[in-house]
Amino acid sequence: MGRKLLFDKAHIEGIRYYDVYRANGGYGSAEKALKSMSPDQVLDEVKKSGLRGRGGAGFPTGMKWSFIAKPEGVPRYLVCNADESEPGTFKDRYLMEFLPHLLIEGLLISSYTLGCNSCYIYIRGEYAWIPDILEEAIADAKKNGWLGKNIQGTGFDLEIYVQRGAGAYICGEETALIESLEGKRGNPRIKPPFPAVKGLWDCPTVVNNVETLATVVPILRIGGEEYAKYGTGKSTGTKLISACGNINKPGVYEIEMNISVEEFIYSDEYCGGIANGKRLKACIPGGSSVPILPANLLLKTAKGEPRMMTYESLADGGFATGTMLGSGGFIVLDEDQCIVKNTLTFARFYHHESCGQCSPCREGTGWMKRVLLNIENGKGKMSDIDLLWDIQRKIEGNTICPLGDAAAWPVAAAIRHFRDEFEWHVLHPEEATKRNYGLAHYADPLEIAAPAAV
Amino acid sequence: MAEEKKLFKVKIDNISVEVEPGTTILNAARQIGGDIVPPAMCYYSKLKGSGGKCRTCLVKVSKGSDADPRPMPKLVASCRTTVMDGMEVANITSPEVLEARKGVVEFLLLNHPLDCPVCDQAGECHLQDLSYEHGADSTRYEFKRRTFDKVDIGDKIQLHMTRCILCYRCVFTADQLTEKREHGVLGRGEAAEIGTYIQQSLDNNFIGNVIDVCPVGALTDKTFRFKNRVWFLKPVDAHRECNDPKCCGKVALWMRGDEVFRVTARKDKYGEVEEWICDTCRFDKKEVKDWVIEGPRKIERQSVISQGHYVGVNKPKETLVEVLDGRQPKLLLDIHNISEVNKPNIDLSQINGPAHSDDFNK
Repeated sequence: MGRKLLFDKAHIEGIRYYDVYRANGGYGSAEKALKSMSPDQVLDEVKKSGLRGRGGAGFPTGMKWSFIAKPEGVPRYLVCNADESEPGTFKDRYLMEFLPHLLIEGLLISSYTLGCNSCYIYIRGEYAWIPDILEEAIADAKKNGWLGKNIQGTGFDLEIYVQRGAGAYICGEETALIESLEGKRGNPRIKPPFPAVKGLWDCPTVVNNVETLATVVPILRIGGEEYAKYGTGKSTGTKLISACGNINKPGVYEIEMNISVEEFIYSDEYCGGIANGKRLKACIPGGSSVPILPANLLLKTAKGEPRMMTYESLADGGFATGTMLGSGGFIVLDEDQCIVKNTLTFARFYHHESCGQCSPCREGTGWMKRVLLNIENGKGKMSDIDLLWDIQRKIEGNTICPLGDAAAWPVAAAIRHFRDEFEWHVLHPEEATKRNYGLAHYADPLEIAAPAAV
Repeated sequence: MAEEKKLFKVKIDNISVEVEPGTTILNAARQIGGDIVPPAMCYYSKLKGSGGKCRTCLVKVSKGSDADPRPMPKLVASCRTTVMDGMEVANITSPEVLEARKGVVEFLLLNHPLDCPVCDQAGECHLQDLSYEHGADSTRYEFKRRTFDKVDIGDKIQLHMTRCILCYRCVFTADQLTEKREHGVLGRGEAAEIGTYIQQSLDNNFIGNVIDVCPVGALTDKTFRFKNRVWFLKPVDAHRECNDPKCCGKVALWMRGDEVFRVTARKDKYGEVEEWICDTCRFDKKEVKDWVIEGPRKIERQSVISQGHYVGVNKPKETLVEVLDGRQPKLLLDIHNISEVNKPNIDLSQINGPAHSDDFNK
């Protein structure tokens, strides 16, 4: 059994209520931080832990916190990004639904560290039932003196507000989230200035993912150095992975970042192998926006090493042969899945969710969707594949926010690794509507270049 | 103690310029001027918060600053990125930038109807200029372009969303110039459109400025629609005493003969208005007697509006004699011996402003 830090007590009945949570050592980390540590000491622990943002980019949290501007007389804000809308990612939902007090404790410690007296949880509109859970937990925490004025007699004040989004993927981008929180249209802002300097209502703001903020609790409990002993290298600690697709046991798993992808998919502790005895064809290991990988490249890197569930190992080989850990939305595709259709689904999603502010994304995402739809419906041309490649190249990196990149990468990776399948769709339009391309050679062992003779 | 302001040294396409801290790359380039100025479709120096959306002004920062010489990882929007001391920027010297810009132009034209032959903006359209300079000669888009119905916003302005490139300039104008914001962007992504809810008319004395800021023909002046081509009109500077304290009263009149076809604000060479004008001046004062005319307006040479504007043109060299090995061509008939209709005493290159029949009636 892998070691768990977030879900270690998740199995206890009633853990979502204050009494049970408190009886099981809850708010112990907050007590420790508020009563015996200075904000700088807490920040130091978080830095030592090597915690990286769990929302997708993997930016070191301690460093992000130390960037926040601290002008006199200006309030600072902490915003918890619970706008989890990436297709394939549903880890924060589990955390908020079953362990709301863990998040509140994390918010309390983080706010104390950053010196914020108001904190917002921006939750996606589709999670309609979760705000009630959170608000109940906030009320309970307040009743027991963990929120409000003069928390536990330490003189620190904190209010947590829950704000529901209206159902836009783009509002998960931190500046769009801030705009939306201010009551405006959720268009991403142009950076710089970064939120750490000018964020919510032009005040310094930190926006962190739910999981990142919840992870602060175990870090304080066991200490930053001890936390850094979990995982491998720069990928310290544990990560929540929401596994879905053609696997036997879909769900949210907490993994220590020292297991291999193969173990994660096939071991009974986690996904339990591919469903219905099929074979693995491809996988998108970090939510819909990260590049898709064929089975052979997923299990082993181009160098022939086994691929691990860490930020570094999944990104090994760059985009040519690697992918990203992203937000941990692990989507597994078996041999019966069609990559063209899958890519079309994602392209349609990004087309629908583009905010329409900057031209490459507004126009390019729709164009990609239409070209892919043509290929899928058997009206594609060979030149369409190159056209798709060219469109994604012109979107990537030229937009205000990362949505453009997120729309471009899945298409790029699908063409890069599954070009044969696209060509087959174009050349056999009749057949392609009736059957799938199948596994083909995508699981064949890779030829590994022999090291150069010295 | 007044501290002397430190100027930042910036190099754009290997041309050095010193600018004040806080200047954007685009404005630094405009201080240099010429070919290296990145095109801008959404940025408008008079409007706070504009820019960064169209992505035509992307440039490459090959050196961040003297303190941190690392290049920026992505192309940046020059209209919203401020300069740092020692920054080095590549615009037209970077193939990557030109490639990206070509891509952006293609994206902008993807859903544009290209109905220039019937569009009132033709001739002074920024998108026309941009695609002429940076666009490809044909599109690779094979799908139906998005269309919208024409909408009247107020009785003087027509909105034709089909042509819109969503630069948001009009939104900023309406927001910053008028007291009450009434229009904005509805919808998301490709379906986004400029709109007012329930076709509310925009009742405001400054709303007409949205016509001037629109880089394409999406917002047009209904008192001018289909009346004339802009390049057939002669722009003259004029002014009047305006009762509205916020209006400067300085305008450009677009005339043909003694008829005023339309009134616009005066625009500089980047197509940006110099000072805002009110709707009374714009829509209601269309008689010559309303205005004090100052003289012809100078229009940048590359604009199609300056057709017939011959000042400073080099006369083509006569090569016939050379071709004929030094023999002089035999002139069978010199028209001037018979008729004065062509006015040989009027030298076109001496006329200041587009040539006009008035010039020959003097």
